[in-house]
Amino acid sequence: MNIWRLVAKEIAYRKLNFGLAVLAVLVAVACLVGELTLLRAHEIRAERLSSAQDARTRHMVDRLTDDYRVITKQLGYNVLVLPARQDLGRFYAQGYATETMPEEYARRLAESRLVTVQHLLPSLQEKLEWPEHKFPIVLMGTRGEVPQGRRDPKEALQPPVAKGTMIVGAVLKERLGLDVGSRATLLGRTFTVAKVHPPRGTEDDVTVWIDLAEAQALRGQAGRINAILALSCICGEATPEGIRREVTRALDNDVQVLELAPQAATRRAARIRADEHAKEAVASQEAGHEELRLVREALASWIIPLVVVGCVVWVGVLALGNARERRGEVGILRAIGLRSRQILAVFLTKAVLVGLAGGAVGYAIGFGVAAAWDGREAAGGDVVGLAALFSAGLLAGAVILAPLLTAVASLVPAVLAARQDPAVVLREE
Amino acid sequence: MLRVENLTKHYRGAGKNVRALDAVSLAVGPGEFVAVQGPSGCGKTTLLLAAGGLLRPDAGRVAIAGEDPYAFSPEARARFRASRVGFVFQQFHLVPYLTVLDNILAPSLASPSANAPARARELMAHVGLADRAAHVPAELSTGERQRVALARALLNCPGLLLADEPTGNLDPASAKVVLGHLAEFAAAGGAVLLVTHDPLAAEYAGRAVKMACGRLVD
Repeated sequence: MNIWRLVAKEIAYRKLNFGLAVLAVLVAVACLVGELTLLRAHEIRAERLSSAQDARTRHMVDRLTDDYRVITKQLGYNVLVLPARQDLGRFYAQGYATETMPEEYARRLAESRLVTVQHLLPSLQEKLEWPEHKFPIVLMGTRGEVPQGRRDPKEALQPPVAKGTMIVGAVLKERLGLDVGSRATLLGRTFTVAKVHPPRGTEDDVTVWIDLAEAQALRGQAGRINAILALSCICGEATPEGIRREVTRALDNDVQVLELAPQAATRRAARIRADEHAKEAVASQEAGHEELRLVREALASWIIPLVVVGCVVWVGVLALGNARERRGEVGILRAIGLRSRQILAVFLTKAVLVGLAGGAVGYAIGFGVAAAWDGREAAGGDVVGLAALFSAGLLAGAVILAPLLTAVASLVPAVLAARQDPAVVLREE
Repeated sequence: MLRVENLTKHYRGAGKNVRALDAVSLAVGPGEFVAVQGPSGCGKTTLLLAAGGLLRPDAGRVAIAGEDPYAFSPEARARFRASRVGFVFQQFHLVPYLTVLDNILAPSLASPSANAPARARELMAHVGLADRAAHVPAELSTGERQRVALARALLNCPGLLLADEPTGNLDPASAKVVLGHLAEFAAAGGAVLLVTHDPLAAEYAGRAVKMACGRLVD
């Protein structure tokens, strides 16, 4: 005969009392474990989502960076090469260069070691009045792209205009009745209209494109051009200054170079903005998760103490009832020689067993319910998984703290039972 | 074995002061079976509890085997009781969820002994309950319950047996069996102090004293 046997027999005898006490602990532990496990699941999922979002953002930014690198490489900078003597004030005021330079510059540029220029378009441009029609036009003599010998041929941005033909803008079609196939005389020479451009809302609408050599002949500028449009310039020094320096050096400093559009800079700014947007999205998502976590923590911060206090009170009441019920039993045990600390041990051992059983079963139920709940929340998506949810610390806490809690709750009834006077009990009974 | 001298005990309640024992002196030697008779409320149970080290008297002295149990600390007094005194009560006070064997073994919780199980089986056989070892009190008759209580009181081989109305709830046949065991214990050298108002019980005692209003009157 020993204390354990006595406790075990008493538990078996008063199953309801034991069961109700275990139930109280079980509910408290299940609530605690369930809530903490859900919080853990939430944190793990938030972390995973954040990591995934980070990875997606990084991937997106990397892709964007690469895209812009490619775009920048493909587009590069567009520059206009003008004669060095050209007064830029007049150029901007008149819309074309009044000075000329040798057409050969285009060839030299194409054959230079400048591998950065993708398209070279030499032209002779002039604003004049179409004498036969008394109508102001822009005359554009062009030979299309200058072939660049050592390089892979690029798709032509501007095809050449065949000799004896012209291409006209939409306003000229409308105002002068020019259409594809019609013939028109310009500066005494007859051309067939090969193409009419649709309206562009620019100077192009009043432009006449003809072959460069024919334009040079008409304007008495044989072998001369007044601009080279260099498109998609990409060089080792991917800056407008670098390109300007390279082109100028290639043409013996006899030209000046104007940057037409700072696309690369614009796109770099766009890329930075896209990056910022992505980061803002991640931050916003993380803030949302943090807010939800705080709500859950706030909920747990009052539910858990409430349940724990309720459990302590309930276990204490049950222990008190048990002590009162066992008054006669305790009286005789004390009479036959059991010491008060042995009586205390009987009650506290039972309380610890209540805590152990409630803690273990409560953990299992709380964990199971939380895992199922998490699975339902994830709806087949990002389920955190039992292994990730399991916390040895929480399990240890449940099976250590629950018995401590029940022992504390049962302490007062146990002390009252242990200290009761056997003589009083025996006389009263 | 037992000597009480000038035991006095008052019960003080709200506006009441009951003198339960008034300078009671009594001695029970080894092999002696003493019955204290008297009406209900005369102080018999108080005398028995005080003599057994369960109820400290207001005045007077108790000596069991020459030692005053009230000179000990409560824990030491409990150990002393477990080894020297056996109790039998009218209400049996068996632990309801323990079997007959476990109930008889209950004193071994206070005073563990390796041969306690063998001694318990021996006592069970002696009181005629060998075949009821696995039964719980609810499955026993009142006479059988009292015999279990008697066996429990004898487990640690005490020198003194204190019995408080042990036959009060028994039929005459069962009462005779229990009283026979008490007499047998005394005959074997033990000291028995029996308090009762049952005239039959007194017949088994070697000496009977009467008590009234907290005093021995004979």
